[in-house]
Amino acid sequence: MPDTVSLSVNGVAVTVSAGSMVSTAVLKTGVSSFRRSVTGEPRGPLCGMGICFECRVTIDGEAHCRSCQTVCRNGMDVRTDG
Amino acid sequence: MAEAMSSRRPASDVLVVGAGPAGLAAAYRAAESRLRVVVVDDNPDAGGQIWRGEQREPRSREAQEWFHRIRRAEIELIAGARVYQQIEPGTLLAETSHGDVLELGFENLILATGARERFLPFPGWTLPNVMGAGGLQALVKNGLPVDGKKIVVAGSGPLLLAVASYLRAHGAEVLLIAEQAAALRLARFGIGLARHGGKTSQVFALRRELKGVQYLTDCWVVAAHGDEKLERVTLRRAGKRWEVSCDYLACGFHLVPNLELAELLGCEVAGGAVSVDEFQQTTVPQVYSAGESTGIGGLELSLVEGEIAGLAAAGKLEDARRLFPQRAKQRRFADLLNRTFALRDELKTLAAPETIVCRCEDVVFDRLRAHSSWRTAKLQTRCGMGPCQGRICGSAVEFLFDWKAESVRPPILPVRVESLSHKKAQESQTRTNLRSEI
Repeated sequence: MPDTVSLSVNGVAVTVSAGSMVSTAVLKTGVSSFRRSVTGEPRGPLCGMGICFECRVTIDGEAHCRSCQTVCRNGMDVRTDG
Repeated sequence: MAEAMSSRRPASDVLVVGAGPAGLAAAYRAAESRLRVVVVDDNPDAGGQIWRGEQREPRSREAQEWFHRIRRAEIELIAGARVYQQIEPGTLLAETSHGDVLELGFENLILATGARERFLPFPGWTLPNVMGAGGLQALVKNGLPVDGKKIVVAGSGPLLLAVASYLRAHGAEVLLIAEQAAALRLARFGIGLARHGGKTSQVFALRRELKGVQYLTDCWVVAAHGDEKLERVTLRRAGKRWEVSCDYLACGFHLVPNLELAELLGCEVAGGAVSVDEFQQTTVPQVYSAGESTGIGGLELSLVEGEIAGLAAAGKLEDARRLFPQRAKQRRFADLLNRTFALRDELKTLAAPETIVCRCEDVVFDRLRAHSSWRTAKLQTRCGMGPCQGRICGSAVEFLFDWKAESVRPPILPVRVESLSHKKAQESQTRTNLRSEI
């Protein structure tokens, strides 16, 4: 298995070590706001374990994916809404 | 509506929900009796929270030993699948990360659903880069680089020390650790620890790793500041307040058990934990629970409870009984731990009127204060009605207002429409809803 995986976050290419979660790839590109809350506040990961739903992003067109529980794959297109 | 891909698996003798230490220990002991054992977990890898990333980056010899045992045993692990519903006694539904629905039949069930951090609302706690202590550690275990990052670790519990040490080992500059518990309580904890030889050496090892990092007792974060993300925090200790600039705040107030699945199955819950008998059996026959779901007690207690549950589910009661003294010893340590890190009342005044308590629905403290129960607050404000279903604000409102958790309804996690429309899932939802309306 290759050691790294390349994907895109809001159109920016990022390379992470294999097995990394999407949440870490997003933070690595310098984005800290993953989504907007119902009143428009910026939000990012809180629990890191799939419980708080604050790290939701759109992955390959599918909205509301928990980025902290999704493993990065080559060519993934990740969009934040922050 | 299209029905989700669904597959019914042959019923297992023992189904374990949760692949953390308790679940793995339970699965291993049950598999020793040559039973058909299946473990299901919502994470992509086994290990739970404490052993997250151990397979990629081994740190704990104990974890490696358990993984080695599990690999040799005949155990089927289903990772990345979230149990969301029971369609009939003896069958659970889980949704995989690909959106497929699995029907998991079982003779015996072991709930090893673990714990989550308790979060308390304070001004600014919703800013990006304010995370749980375990939350930030999980992100680093999942590949987030923190070298050179300035981090304040705060809240309560022994996890803070472990997290600070882990972050430091990964190149972070841990500015300080703020522990809300009083120095006196921690001193008593130290004396109590002396009776648990192994634990004392763990504490000394952590102390060594954290040499030079301030560990402030009677200290907590009163506010986080920043525009679009965290820039600095205000700390308070002995009436004194000061600000510290940082990149991340890792803040959690000890742990609370994950009870949703146990409650869904009708298991009795008392004092915030699943009630179990001496063989770790819940009040529902052939449903067992082990580890943090039965009360916060740490790794060693989770392992021995898991072993007992696995042996008991396999009918090996005498073998299980031999582990009771070991469990009793670990439970005494757990009691000491929970007394030491009990939350101080001043933390109830941290939230300002405009501080958000329910992060999913952005419900502020002032709107909640007017209500007498979580039920009325939910109906009037939508507090706890968002996607996390009260998993984050629930333990906060319990502490702030003494509100008790509401009954759990399926699905216990948001799932795809297709998973809800799974034929059997629909039938059982109708039954459940009818029951609750009668």
